[in-house]
Amino acid sequence: MTTSLADVAASGATLRAFLHGLPGVDRVGADQRAATLGTRSIKTSAKATAIDLAISMVDLTTLEGADTAGKVRAMCTKAVRPGGGAPKVAAVCVYPDLVAVAVEALRGSGVRVASVATAFPSGRTSLEVKVTDTALAVAAGADEIDMVIDRGAFLSGDYLKVYEEIVAVKAACGQAHLKVILETGELSTYDNVRRASWLAMLAGADFIKTSTGKVSPAATLPVTLVMLEAVRDFRDATGRQVGVKPAGGIRTTKDAIKHLVLVNETAGDDWLTPEWFRLGASSLLNDLLMQRQKLTTGRYAGPDYFTLD
Amino acid sequence: MAIFEYAPAPESRAVVDLQPAYGLFINGEFTDGSGPTFKTVNPATEEPLAEIATATSDDVDRAVQAARKAFGVWSALPGAERAKYLFRIARIIQERARELAVLESLDNGKPIRESRDVDLPLVAAHFFYYAGWADKLEYAGFGRRTTNGHSGTKPLGVAGQVIPWNFPLLMLAWKIAPALACGNTVVLKPAETTPLSALWFADICRQADLPPGVVNIVTGAGETGAAVVAHPDVNKVAFTGSTEVGRIIARTVAGTDKKLTLELGGKAANIVFEDAALDQAVEGIVNGIFFNQGHVCCAGSRLLVQESIHDELLAALKRRMATLRVGDPLDKNTDVGAINSAAQLAKIRELSELGEAEGAERWSAPCELPERGFWFAPTVFTGVAQSHAIARDEIFGPVLSVLTFRTPAEAVEKANNTPYGLSAGIWTEKGSRILWMADRLRAGVVWANTFNKFDPASPFGGYKESGYGREGGLLGLEAYLDV
Repeated sequence: MTTSLADVAASGATLRAFLHGLPGVDRVGADQRAATLGTRSIKTSAKATAIDLAISMVDLTTLEGADTAGKVRAMCTKAVRPGGGAPKVAAVCVYPDLVAVAVEALRGSGVRVASVATAFPSGRTSLEVKVTDTALAVAAGADEIDMVIDRGAFLSGDYLKVYEEIVAVKAACGQAHLKVILETGELSTYDNVRRASWLAMLAGADFIKTSTGKVSPAATLPVTLVMLEAVRDFRDATGRQVGVKPAGGIRTTKDAIKHLVLVNETAGDDWLTPEWFRLGASSLLNDLLMQRQKLTTGRYAGPDYFTLD
Repeated sequence: MAIFEYAPAPESRAVVDLQPAYGLFINGEFTDGSGPTFKTVNPATEEPLAEIATATSDDVDRAVQAARKAFGVWSALPGAERAKYLFRIARIIQERARELAVLESLDNGKPIRESRDVDLPLVAAHFFYYAGWADKLEYAGFGRRTTNGHSGTKPLGVAGQVIPWNFPLLMLAWKIAPALACGNTVVLKPAETTPLSALWFADICRQADLPPGVVNIVTGAGETGAAVVAHPDVNKVAFTGSTEVGRIIARTVAGTDKKLTLELGGKAANIVFEDAALDQAVEGIVNGIFFNQGHVCCAGSRLLVQESIHDELLAALKRRMATLRVGDPLDKNTDVGAINSAAQLAKIRELSELGEAEGAERWSAPCELPERGFWFAPTVFTGVAQSHAIARDEIFGPVLSVLTFRTPAEAVEKANNTPYGLSAGIWTEKGSRILWMADRLRAGVVWANTFNKFDPASPFGGYKESGYGREGGLLGLEAYLDV
């Protein structure tokens, strides 16, 4: 990291000055750019490439109060072999208490285990609890931690508190990768999305993630666009690459491909791998599989030909 | 190789049923022209599309007579009846939008994404908008009846209209919709290199049962246009095109009682301040100069960037330009299509070479250009001074000249320091500065944090050598009423 950026978190004032000095985002322009890229026509061989790429980037997720070990095991089986010769997904994403189950089910498969932590989804608890939550998930074998930021602190302008929490959680992660959920639906403006992205990256995030999936709107194209611009600019400034994970609301192959087009034309090839781009989703996988089969056979199969796990 | 290559996604040509030859559209019928025919070509492939008739001055006279005869019927119709025809035309345009978009891209070279998403929706919107005015002219603010017998709702008579090749169907809509709404009849000459969509429009007029002679289309080159403009029974001349031709028309019309509107060239400044939303400013610059291959009279062809962010902005701009997809206009993923003609390509090349010779630094986006057809890679010149020809002359192509400024006052001074005055763009997050700048810029349209945005309700037109009169909106009615 360049020395100028190393000092920005020296105090609340310097951090605030830095974040407010970032170029603004014009909502109309960003929406228009995302909409234009959304008209890209991805057909035939390009579609086949995109579908397999999207499958390999899925963080297959279940985050329900009703989750059980059985449910998680079934999802893990699907994650490793989605069916029809499709590639395995990138990771499964579960609550901390089910990490051990997922780790056991996925052993040796190459599919990673991600766990939400830090009092997901609201984040409304003490730092001690958040750090403990994280440490326990890591101890249970999670490869990746999806934390939430304190949106209350962010919106009240206490950027340093948000920063320090991320730093503390990152320390608790050890070797595990840290994804920082901005919950962009609550941040509301694109200026805030850009500031929160930089804040998370400065604090050591390995990934920035749009949403918990529990708040609407979740991952929208313009929000993903703004975050992709942020990781692109951050690497230009610091040399460190950070990944992006839109999550929530991406249900169709069309949605997924639009996100890949954004990556392709904003951040570029370096981000077009599961290592640097993920799609947080649950029902998306079956639509990808259905479209994949349609491309191969020329016919749509009914929904009963795709497993519900 | 890139990880994610887009496969070709061509729009089907089959929706356009091209005949080998087309005549003139006079008095509701297609008829032969008396002049020698000429070919219109697809600029992306140089393939001839069709033989087009040339209207001589005799043919133009027939068209004007047909329009004169129809004027009696058309102007006597109640506004609400004229509106019905215009609404019908607008709906047919929407129904046939796909066919018209493909046709426009074939004849003009513009990307299908633009003809589909920009041109055609605006064409239909223009007819819908002016259809709405047809029965409300008394409330347009030009008065009802004056002591000298003039009425603010009285049409002028026969309008002679000459339009350019950059937005063939849209420019036709800008001309014909207000003229018809106000009760005039028209003789329109489309550009020599892009006559097809006007002839399709003639077919739409028949489909809409428009009375014969209300719309007449005469094709041909400059001489045909000159005959339209000079015809003694034309009451109103409307021209969009080059300043050079505009001057000739102004001279022709001088001393007659013809009413005249001219929409001519431009050399618009797109002004980016250091506090601008950078990524959106880059999009606006790209949209400002590479939209429609830069064949836009209001194109933001001069980028005025505050010196403090010059390097950062240029790096971002070049990175963005490298992602522009140049090629087959019918491919749905193409961003920049073909240059409209060999002559225009030669002019762009000549001015670009002059730019280099005068010492500006040239950079073109790395892109493979097709072997056949007329192509020019998106290009940016840095280190441009006000005195360079590429900062003063309208290039009308995908070529951007970058200049710098230090203060808002200097930005205004440089932006206004041109014989043109059609449009300008301002990029800043500071609202008060937008208003301060807009007050001082001598340009017909000033866009703030956007560029090349059009709406039928918004008047469009120039200062100085960019022409006079306004098209679009309420003010657009004035050009076609006896006020």
